[in-house]
Amino acid sequence: MSEEVIKAEGLTRIFNKHLTAVDHINFSVNKGEIFGFLGPNGAGKTTTINMLITILKPTEGKASVLGFDIAKQDWNVRNVIGVVPQEYTADEDLTGLENVLLCADLYGIPRDVAKERAMDLLKLVELTDFKDKKVQTFSGGMRRRLELACGLINRPKVLFLDEPTLGLDVQTRAATWNYIRTLKKEFGMTLFMTTHYLEEADALCDRVAIIDHGKIVVVGTPEDLKHGLGGDVITLAIKEDADVIELIRKVEHVKDVKKEDGSYRIKAEFGEVTAPFIIESLRKKGYTVTKLSLTEPTLNEVYLEYTGKSMRDAEESREAFAAQRITMGRARR
Amino acid sequence: MSNLNEHRAGRLHGIWALTNRELKKWYKAPVIFILSIIQPILWMGLLGKALNIGALIPSIPGVDPGAVLLKTLGTSDYFSFMSVGMIAFTALFTTMFSGMSVVWDRRLGFLNKALSTPVSRAVIIFSKVLSATLRSMFQAGVIVLVAVAFGLQFGPHFTLLNLLGIFAIMFLVCVGLSSLFIAITIRSTRIETPMAVVNLINLPLMFASNAFFPIDKMPYDWLKAIANVNPLSYTTDAVRQLLIFDTNWAQLGLDFAYVGIFAVIVATISIVISWRFLSK
Repeated sequence: MSEEVIKAEGLTRIFNKHLTAVDHINFSVNKGEIFGFLGPNGAGKTTTINMLITILKPTEGKASVLGFDIAKQDWNVRNVIGVVPQEYTADEDLTGLENVLLCADLYGIPRDVAKERAMDLLKLVELTDFKDKKVQTFSGGMRRRLELACGLINRPKVLFLDEPTLGLDVQTRAATWNYIRTLKKEFGMTLFMTTHYLEEADALCDRVAIIDHGKIVVVGTPEDLKHGLGGDVITLAIKEDADVIELIRKVEHVKDVKKEDGSYRIKAEFGEVTAPFIIESLRKKGYTVTKLSLTEPTLNEVYLEYTGKSMRDAEESREAFAAQRITMGRARR
Repeated sequence: MSNLNEHRAGRLHGIWALTNRELKKWYKAPVIFILSIIQPILWMGLLGKALNIGALIPSIPGVDPGAVLLKTLGTSDYFSFMSVGMIAFTALFTTMFSGMSVVWDRRLGFLNKALSTPVSRAVIIFSKVLSATLRSMFQAGVIVLVAVAFGLQFGPHFTLLNLLGIFAIMFLVCVGLSSLFIAITIRSTRIETPMAVVNLINLPLMFASNAFFPIDKMPYDWLKAIANVNPLSYTTDAVRQLLIFDTNWAQLGLDFAYVGIFAVIVATISIVISWRFLSK
């Protein structure tokens, strides 16, 4: 049943002979799934996507898309894929419709077919009313939708999305996720996307590969990854100035305890059941629990577990970068 | 649902779409379009008319300023002489921007997007060349019209067919120049780099040519040597032969041969370099 649409074996890209951006990665993407590459800035996500869409040649290893070798049959690959790049590449001086038709021309689609498809796609991304407006008047969310429409004009079997919601606000991001889900359902496409938003990977992807320093550290469904961590996280603080790590560790279902900034970070199965037992055993020894919180694991915990660092740090510089790109686009005129 | 992209087009598809995208930025933006027409008018009106070389020749009895100019410049009217130089000037300035637009497309991601479609790499480059060329040819036409309105004196053999010759030589030199500028700038990711390169070479190219001053009257041999290999000199000479001179067909043939060979060699090398770079 699971047919491999994308397959990478030992895929490697080295820049300037010593900077290894992607380091011997192996993965495969099955037909009809949304596969996400999750990682911080500079992890090698975009380099990987650029190799798969044939605009970068791999230094080592190989990969295929729908059976076509990305290095030897690159033209065939380009014919069957759709690409939604990170940047807003639509031409500001052209209208929405003109931009979609320009993309159609790049795929060699005859004008009459292109027009029909363009109208359908603009309807799908709810831009019909704006088709004759210049793109410079579009908001960020509208531009992103226009990029989606452009990426779909050749009816691709595989759609590559590089950071599809970078720089968008929360509402627009959720709306964009809906479009992506619709696309998957309507066209039965396989989607390969990169993201550095954990929520996005969690909400959208069927399977996620966490990539760090050019290597894939773990692959799995978001659920499996989260459950693989061994349960929930309980954070608590006590009034007394004492070390109770060993005491907590003895409680049933507690898997791990760490002391961080005066509070205890406890990894436990069945958190909501285990927490009362922890409080009980602390009280028996005369300690008073002052604070307690229970969190179900998110992909951030998964990320933390496998890479040893939080993803949040990378985010701010990314946002600034996206904003700068957009400003630059405006400055061009 | 179709299986693959069922419209597998030929290797040259997309060239007009990409060229037209560039041209639309120009002809669909009224301000830019009008400015691009006004600019040569200003240059010719101010520079061409201000440099009234004929008036520098004192009216000594027996000396006819017109005859003196005819002997040195090949035409008795300096304005006619330099307005043709303006045509080469326009070719140079318009083609310079083809390099910059490559940098823009790189920075804004359009280049990567185009590279991920089945459009051939050579087509992506050549569409830039073609759009700059078409733009220059249009501006050359405008300059000829404006120059005529300002009093350009046609040569004795001028016919409307000669205009086709002017467009032909413009096409050749613009293809050569714009591919040269693209090859120079294709690796740069900053807009400042091509700006600096262009500023460095455009004025030397302009003044070390016969655009504003005849080569054989230049004071230094090294300057003459540069002017004599400068394709702009041959372009300007060809346009003068066609437009204002008493046409020397052998010289015109040489001009076309030189510019044609320049265009073919430079365009081939540049497109190969750019193509290699794009398929990195």
